[in-house]
Amino acid sequence: MSDKLYRILLFLAALAVPVVCGGIIYALVSDAYEAFEHFGFLNFLTSSEWSYTEGAEQYGALPFITGTLMTTALALLFCIPFSLPVALFVGEYFKGTKVASVLSTVTDLLAGIPSIIYGLWGFYTLRPIIMALNISPQGSGILTASLVLAIMIIPYAASLSAEFIKMVPNDLKEGAYSLGATRAEVIRKVVFPVAGSGIFSSYILAIGRALGETMTVTMLIGNTNNIPSSITSTGNSMASIIANQFGEADDLRLSSLIAIGLILFLITAIINMIGKVMIKRARIA
Amino acid sequence: MNVTTKHRLAKDKLMLWGVCLFAALTAVPLIAILGEVLLRGYDQLSWSFFTQPTPTAYKAMKAIEAGEPIPGGIANGIIGTMLMLGMAVVVAVPLGILCGAYLSEHSKDRFAQVVSYLTDLLQGTPSVIIGIITYIWVVVPMKGYSAIAGSVALCIMMLPLIIRSTEETLKILPASLKEAGLALGGNKARVMMKVQLPAAFGGIFTGVLLAISRVIGETAPLMFTALGCSFIRFAVDKPISAVPLLIWEFFNDPNLQELIWGASLFLLLFVLMLNLTAKYLAKKWNQ
Repeated sequence: MSDKLYRILLFLAALAVPVVCGGIIYALVSDAYEAFEHFGFLNFLTSSEWSYTEGAEQYGALPFITGTLMTTALALLFCIPFSLPVALFVGEYFKGTKVASVLSTVTDLLAGIPSIIYGLWGFYTLRPIIMALNISPQGSGILTASLVLAIMIIPYAASLSAEFIKMVPNDLKEGAYSLGATRAEVIRKVVFPVAGSGIFSSYILAIGRALGETMTVTMLIGNTNNIPSSITSTGNSMASIIANQFGEADDLRLSSLIAIGLILFLITAIINMIGKVMIKRARIA
Repeated sequence: MNVTTKHRLAKDKLMLWGVCLFAALTAVPLIAILGEVLLRGYDQLSWSFFTQPTPTAYKAMKAIEAGEPIPGGIANGIIGTMLMLGMAVVVAVPLGILCGAYLSEHSKDRFAQVVSYLTDLLQGTPSVIIGIITYIWVVVPMKGYSAIAGSVALCIMMLPLIIRSTEETLKILPASLKEAGLALGGNKARVMMKVQLPAAFGGIFTGVLLAISRVIGETAPLMFTALGCSFIRFAVDKPISAVPLLIWEFFNDPNLQELIWGASLFLLLFVLMLNLTAKYLAKKWNQ
């Protein structure tokens, strides 16, 4: 193969990525346009009505945006007390030992479980527990979905945080030890400040994962189209309303669902971009 | 030892035990999920479970009424998954490797940096959006759900994973390898094909395995593309089933609920085996 042909071939292959991304944005925008035009962009974002009575159709994204934000925030809250210890265990306390590699295999396997199986487990195991504890009568809802979502994002947050904790220079830590600091103090006063921005960015990426998680949330959130009034009430996230209704929707409802998809796409893209930029900066520092 | 020192040492110990306890607790969901799926699913796995298609809800209802086990299995899903995955791999792997090679060769180019950012964007795109896109791109023009549409969705999801693993593996190869090839008079194409890619084979192969394990359990992008189908079929332009789609179907149909666990066990074991194999190969290849 000549060099020129090779160069063109490689370039064409690389061109596939911008073409696909451009195609995604173009398709989402052009198919969401009808909904935005009909309801007005701001009105669509802030309306909490979702009714498909013929002739008086009214669609708004607010309940689903709220649902997504609530499940994601709660999932993050529940995930930190587990992912941070895992990161410290793998990256600091037992760095490079066999136990650490066992634990990271465990988290890798957690990351590998398909989301529909998380959903089944949440539905058949966690939901009865929530009902037995009298937290909510129907068992499914924002809380149940967030709990399972938290388990799903632990691996992502933990493995990246561990990487940054591992990179903290030894001489900094040794300096603190030589001044008489205990390990807990070294972690608080040296490891966290040095690895802090890297750890933070790994949680941003975990948020990016939680935002778009579909099947688990669809199976556990309860699927009601109003703004959730508390964390135990049912709702719908942006991804779950699409999963639930896309197959049966047409015309204006289809366009509204695609518009919700566009909003979800933009939110995840922005969050991921922020996370990636922060990681790059943290790696250089 | 004075009181403050004792206090500090106690805090240190508390921290160590706290970290160990909470880190160990993360294994609980893994064991719980594996345990539940194993216990509820193992007695459903049989020869006919893998060779028979899904029963209709009516047949399943009759069997339940008669107190017999539900007939049939998930063969239609397994064949659908393999067919769509095969088509996706055939496109995504060569394209991903070439694109990864481009990124590793031109890492300082403006265009390559844009492509790199967009690869991240694609990787972070929620799978349900990939489903919508494929619906707009393939299902609407073809006027129907099809195996092709499903494989396009899987292909788009695999592409960024393969690009990244190829790029990263090529980047950590020693530069002397490439230089030696060029010094022997090979042009860039020949060096890439005969030296760099073979040397990077292990890493790329691991990346492909991980990409397959990531997409094989995807349900959302297949719901609006492959749709599902209750009999065994090899046509690429018709709706087709997949194992995760069957699980979703069983979940929603009270008559078929008994089949959930066998199908989940099969999917879970398959995915975890792929994961462990990839991890093992990566370790072996790194040494």
